[in-house]
Amino acid sequence: MKTHLIIGLLLLNLVGMSGCTGIKPWVKPYERNNLADPIMSLDRHGAAGSYIHHVYQAREGARGAEGGAGGGCGCN
Amino acid sequence: MAATLPVDSVDILHHRFDGGGMEIDGPFILVRKSIGTQVSVNGHYYVDSVSAASIDVIANASEYTEERTEVSAGVDFLHEKTMISTGYTNSEENDFEANSVFLSIGQDFFGDLTKLTMGYARGWDEVGKIESDFSEDVDRQIYKLGVSQVLTKNSLMGLDIETISDEGYLNNPYRSYRFFDLDNPENTKGFGTATEVYPETRTSTAVALRSLYYLPYRASIKGEYRYFSDSWGIDAHTYEVLYVHPFGRQWTLEGRVRRYSQTSADFYSDIFTHEGANDFLARDKELSTYTGMTYGGGVTYELGQGVIPHINKLKLTLLVDYLKYEYDNFRDVTAGGVPGAEPLYDFDAWVTRASITFEY
Repeated sequence: MKTHLIIGLLLLNLVGMSGCTGIKPWVKPYERNNLADPIMSLDRHGAAGSYIHHVYQAREGARGAEGGAGGGCGCN
Repeated sequence: MAATLPVDSVDILHHRFDGGGMEIDGPFILVRKSIGTQVSVNGHYYVDSVSAASIDVIANASEYTEERTEVSAGVDFLHEKTMISTGYTNSEENDFEANSVFLSIGQDFFGDLTKLTMGYARGWDEVGKIESDFSEDVDRQIYKLGVSQVLTKNSLMGLDIETISDEGYLNNPYRSYRFFDLDNPENTKGFGTATEVYPETRTSTAVALRSLYYLPYRASIKGEYRYFSDSWGIDAHTYEVLYVHPFGRQWTLEGRVRRYSQTSADFYSDIFTHEGANDFLARDKELSTYTGMTYGGGVTYELGQGVIPHINKLKLTLLVDYLKYEYDNFRDVTAGGVPGAEPLYDFDAWVTRASITFEY
């Protein structure tokens, strides 16, 4: 019963959130000059960026969430 | 922020890693070409020419040279605000082969302030050993979820989550663990060695948060934190700060500091009490407790349209990084001394990336 109540409240909350159409994109297209500057790219270096991920993957136990869409490193 | 196909480009990189007894260099060439307004194809060719005399090699075998070659082919397909990307990668060495495919879908929404990306990749590795018919397989599955969000007209952030699961032969077949062997009169070193035994499965999750700010003058600063945890007991934290400062239209300087630290795998030990002490036994330094620092700097020079016929932009980049790794429970056996009391190992390395990029 308690579980059903919690699920119900969550669903109500979701419905409530979806009704919040008052939130609009707050940065207008004409305000995006700085964001369009190449220095504001999360991945500026293409092949050089991929390579440094590979350097770390081969020497560190951690892996993943480096950003980008690739298929991972075939490292051994 | 709006979804656009990658720019047509040729990116030619020469990379070099020099440190810890390893010298690795070679080319990395990445080509992108659009076909119409909705499709862009890409491919890369990457070579590591390796000359290895690292501590792992010195302790277990003799110096060697080898070459690793990686090729890939991929397609990006753009439809309105949706980008679908897929690709195939093959990597080969004389004793190792890896094949992988991936599919990802990205969607822009909320006035192009938000981008959601989901990806799946599958990999198949074949692990061999030179001068033997040893051959084992590894299957890998990768799940990715990413969100990037414009926060203000001067800042944005990205959140990435990635889960990887491996199944198969996850050891390096050349590496050994060591154990005390003090009572054996035929063994003057005081320790023996045997082939490592790893679990046959590993599942890891990494979560990364990145934010990028445009400063009051024309420069940007990026902060990044990643938390990593896996089923082998490794927890890792990565912090990075990058500062980028352009000078005029052509020159850009950058500097970065990165700190990485991790705890040991549950089945790691620098020296075990006896042979076969546990079900799983590893002395791979990448599974030990250690810290790595990177201090890097770079310079980029750009030439715009009109300077070279048919080239929209020419970019020359030089990036130099100094890496230093210090191990807390991995000892330098080449130094000699009482087993288990040798000095702790550390190494440093220089990583150089020099590239020329043509956008056309």
